[in-house]
Amino acid sequence: MTKKLSKKLIESASQTAGPYVHIGLTPNFTGIRKVYKEDLGKNLKPASGDVITISGFVHDGAGALVRDCLLEFTQADDNGKTRLAKVGSNGFSGFNRVPIDLKKGSYKLETIKPGRVKAPDGSPQAPHITVWIVARGVNIGLHTRIYFDDEMEANKVDPVLDLVPKARRSTLIAKSTGKNKYQLDFRLQGENETVFFDV
Amino acid sequence: MSETKGKEIKTGDVFAPRDREMHPKPYFPAYKSSIYRSPKKKLIMIPQSASELSGPVFGHDMFGNLDNDMIHNFARAGKSAIGERIIVHGKVYDELGRGVPKCLIEVWQANAGGRYRHVNEKYIAPLDPDFGGCARMLTDNEGHYQFTTIRPGPYPWPNGPNDWRPAHIHFSLFGHSFAQRLITQMYFEGDPLIPLCPIVKTINDNKAVQRLVSKLDMDSAKPMDSLAYRFDIVLRGANSTLFENRLEGN
Ligand SMILES: [Fe+3]
Repeated sequence: MTKKLSKKLIESASQTAGPYVHIGLTPNFTGIRKVYKEDLGKNLKPASGDVITISGFVHDGAGALVRDCLLEFTQADDNGKTRLAKVGSNGFSGFNRVPIDLKKGSYKLETIKPGRVKAPDGSPQAPHITVWIVARGVNIGLHTRIYFDDEMEANKVDPVLDLVPKARRSTLIAKSTGKNKYQLDFRLQGENETVFFDV
Repeated sequence: MSETKGKEIKTGDVFAPRDREMHPKPYFPAYKSSIYRSPKKKLIMIPQSASELSGPVFGHDMFGNLDNDMIHNFARAGKSAIGERIIVHGKVYDELGRGVPKCLIEVWQANAGGRYRHVNEKYIAPLDPDFGGCARMLTDNEGHYQFTTIRPGPYPWPNGPNDWRPAHIHFSLFGHSFAQRLITQMYFEGDPLIPLCPIVKTINDNKAVQRLVSKLDMDSAKPMDSLAYRFDIVLRGANSTLFENRLEGN
């Protein structure tokens, strides 16, 4: 059930994060090391769960690699719990912020395999990680999700995947490439464009 | 049906859909970088679960003393950044008019000459050895925030033949849920470059542009020290709360 309230103000408009988003969000990564001890969304120390790596590239509509973007990930712990430890504490916060590796042009997310978060109707969703992509040329941050190809039974009954046309679902499903290793590219535009969500 | 008594548990606040008319169009050719970085397919609306409604929690202990002071947080001992000293402050609201406490605000900007401290930066204006260009803070219990900095310079950028960005500060806001996540830019009252800027023009609604323009606030200025600008920000607000019936004892 829900209780309704009415809006009084209008959300501030988004503007692109621009080419220098890392100065603000991961300054140590850009070489500005004197200001914060460490960049946020790093060094998670999960208490339990399978440590996994997801890596891939971000492509634009002309087939070029997007190198100046920043990816943010949030997720549940291995039990599907989303109220987690504070960022910067020793606990698992479920929050990861990942810039593109400047040499390889790829991203790499090291985290734990999430458990199953309930859908609004109480049924379990398939394990997934939520993703937010910002970059120069992206006027409003893009929301998507990462699912896993070794969770096909859970994926089959996932209420969010169910809203995605079958032919496009593969853009959301990371492929297993070895023990606890996965691969998924994001395509901002064009053929096999990643499914982005209005959340 | 189970005979066990049901118990209503609050599982999260539910946000009304984003009003995308108030936001920039993803594809806006006058802003060249958007041409190949804008999805062509329609966004798919999904129900909000705890994945969208929860978010990371930020504690006060992660902040250093100078985190919200760009004049000093990169400066050498006894030095300070060059430029017009300003205080930027305001309040973060949600769409229902409530202050948003403990919202993480991260800001970044060019120096007084319009140059960023970044390896890809090509502008001829010099670096300031005492200016890094980033700051961060949490809003207080009512949603107020404040930081000190120098007024950033406008800068030219490779887009059209002669495009210049108005003076601006980039703002990243992390409210209480991933659905509220927002990055925007703050402009300065009276800057004649605002209406000329292709990035500003990605926003179709002039009132929405005006809401990104900070106002000179003489009441908050520090005499013989700093001018002040006020900039309020509105994040999405939950206009309903999702409850879930759970069995007693769960
Ligand atoms: Fe900028």
